Amino acid sequence: MQLTARELATAIHGMLFGGLFLMACFGALALLVRSQMAPSASESSEAVHRWDRAYLIVMVLLGWGAVLSGTWLVYPWYRAAVPAGVANLAGYPQRLLLSSPGTRGWHELGMEWKEHVAWFAPILMTMVAWVLIRYRKSIDEHRKVRATVMAFAGAALLAAGIAGVFGAFLNKKAPVDGGRVLTLRSGT
Amino acid sequence: MTQQPIPNGGAAAAILAAGVGCFALAVLAVAGDASKAIAHRLTFYVPTGPLSGVTTLAMVVWLAAWMLGHWLWRSQTIAIRRAALASLVLLILGFLLTFPPFEDLLLRK
Repeated sequence: MQLTARELATAIHGMLFGGLFLMACFGALALLVRSQMAPSASESSEAVHRWDRAYLIVMVLLGWGAVLSGTWLVYPWYRAAVPAGVANLAGYPQRLLLSSPGTRGWHELGMEWKEHVAWFAPILMTMVAWVLIRYRKSIDEHRKVRATVMAFAGAALLAAGIAGVFGAFLNKKAPVDGGRVLTLRSGT
Repeated sequence: MTQQPIPNGGAAAAILAAGVGCFALAVLAVAGDASKAIAHRLTFYVPTGPLSGVTTLAMVVWLAAWMLGHWLWRSQTIAIRRAALASLVLLILGFLLTFPPFEDLLLRK
């Protein structure tokens, strides 16, 4: 049972950081919608506030983990130049996608949009988390702030969703692969 | 004794800065696609290409806008609707500018 170092890094980027961030964004948005309908934040106990704070901080860290690992680690493997004389494009996902009219769009629309729009999500969710932590006890008095933060959390979810969906399809069409082979379990 | 709510200026600064950061990222991305010279200048890390400069500079703009706004508004009560609307417009423009078909239309590719 083996996988390559690049497959593992891509899984950490997309499934661990990206997937959990997407779920956490949805959770934060659901909580914001609920608190907008039934305000009670200032009545919550200190333990609940501590939990909310930890949840928001972990969510933000996951978001930054996703874009930083994607941009600085996985993306260079995706866009690697093909050395002269190499005909097999399997290890060069961007070149592989661009080599066929049937897959070109996955790079030209999918990756070109994803690589930029993905960054919106952690920027927006950092703001959301900061506002919710800073105004935790008085958020009921700042209903317009809460409504605004809710709208931006929705936008962050959209940005993360675009990046996540395109990322999943791109990795199916032209997987990032290669590097050291890691053996998880020896075959019998 | 009831506590005074914290002034909303800090929240307004954070909200507006988020829109500014997203818009800055989109403008830098379009600039990098429009000109090879700009793309070259935005290449801070060769394996990542211009995306390295686009994202790094956008983070600098975002954090600078946030710090400046926070410093100016932290103890004030701001018309949050205006800050939110301005940020929302910048964010929508950011989504549009990064959407490749729109960018191609803009750059007449």
